[in-house]
Amino acid sequence: MSSLSLRTTLAHPAYRAGLRDMAGVSLGIAAWGLVTGVAMVKGGLPVWMALAMTFTVFAGSAQLAVVPLMVLGAPMWVVWATAFCVNLRFVIFSAQWRPYFMRFPLRLRLAFGYLAGDINYVLFMKRHAEPPAAGEAPEGQIEYFCGSVTANYLAWQLPSLIGIVLANAVPTHWGLGFAGTLALLGLTYALVSDRATLLAAVVAGAAAVAAFALPFKLYIVVAIAAAVCVGLLIDGGGDAGRRLKRELGRLGFTRCPA
Amino acid sequence: MNMGAGEFLLTIAGLTAITVVTRSFFFLSERELVLPDWVKRGLRYAPLAALAAVVVPEILMSHGRLVAEPWFDARFHAAAAATAYYFWRRGILGTILTGMAVLLALRLGLGW
Repeated sequence: MSSLSLRTTLAHPAYRAGLRDMAGVSLGIAAWGLVTGVAMVKGGLPVWMALAMTFTVFAGSAQLAVVPLMVLGAPMWVVWATAFCVNLRFVIFSAQWRPYFMRFPLRLRLAFGYLAGDINYVLFMKRHAEPPAAGEAPEGQIEYFCGSVTANYLAWQLPSLIGIVLANAVPTHWGLGFAGTLALLGLTYALVSDRATLLAAVVAGAAAVAAFALPFKLYIVVAIAAAVCVGLLIDGGGDAGRRLKRELGRLGFTRCPA
Repeated sequence: MNMGAGEFLLTIAGLTAITVVTRSFFFLSERELVLPDWVKRGLRYAPLAALAAVVVPEILMSHGRLVAEPWFDARFHAAAAATAYYFWRRGILGTILTGMAVLLALRLGLGW
């Protein structure tokens, strides 16, 4: 099993690369963290509870989903079930993390899992698309991950803290949280590399809008499933995939931006 | 808020466990996990799909419905400006700042 030394990890160039790749997106994460902090307190959670929650639960969308339930006094199992459903997308992501993490002991894997947010996953899979073979330990991958989650943690928690403490002084009607959406919009464009990925993104967006009324943010899981199906259709080179490709070509999507 | 401190602490302990377990789900067990090849190929689309699934409703929907006339919505113009910036310069920071400048100008300037 591999171990991880704090000093060599922090000194590794890949750690800094992980930090650097988060730099642009951090502003969006920070805006979301701030707005989430404000929303928890304005939603009726006392300040000490909001603080305790952000520093333990560390899952923005789940926190936003369960605060109203807790304030209304919903049964504990309802609160937990809701958080579980909102977090289902992470279960999908964890399957892809596995080959990168399995060489580490369980204790470290749990820490990695706890810290691995959505954006860390997206950036990591963009940079290290090819998973290591069993028994291999490619240089720099875990250091990159550590840099990325450090930046994510700080960019989320510090503004969250400010939002909780200054909840009534932060103007929310300006729509500051939209900065988070814009950060993800830029990341989405960065991931669109060809016709297949463009179509997958369009299908995911449409599926999300169509399934939006589902409870517990399950529309995200539906959208992932739909996009994966379309991607497989095109990649698989079967008859349906070929026809889709041809139609896309006819529509002018022979090459994509990015 | 009429939840007692003890009940609250138990609730967030459970929520923290849910964060860890969902995010670690498929790498908790040491046992060999053999994903079929098509699943592995398909999962390559998951990051992009998750992003698009979050972004599109945030831009085009409000109060759980598709906005009928998005061109009267500040978010639509902010997203359009951000898109233009992204394909011009490819920087995420500039994309955010451009979009937010348009959003705030429309919200605060025109009261949209």
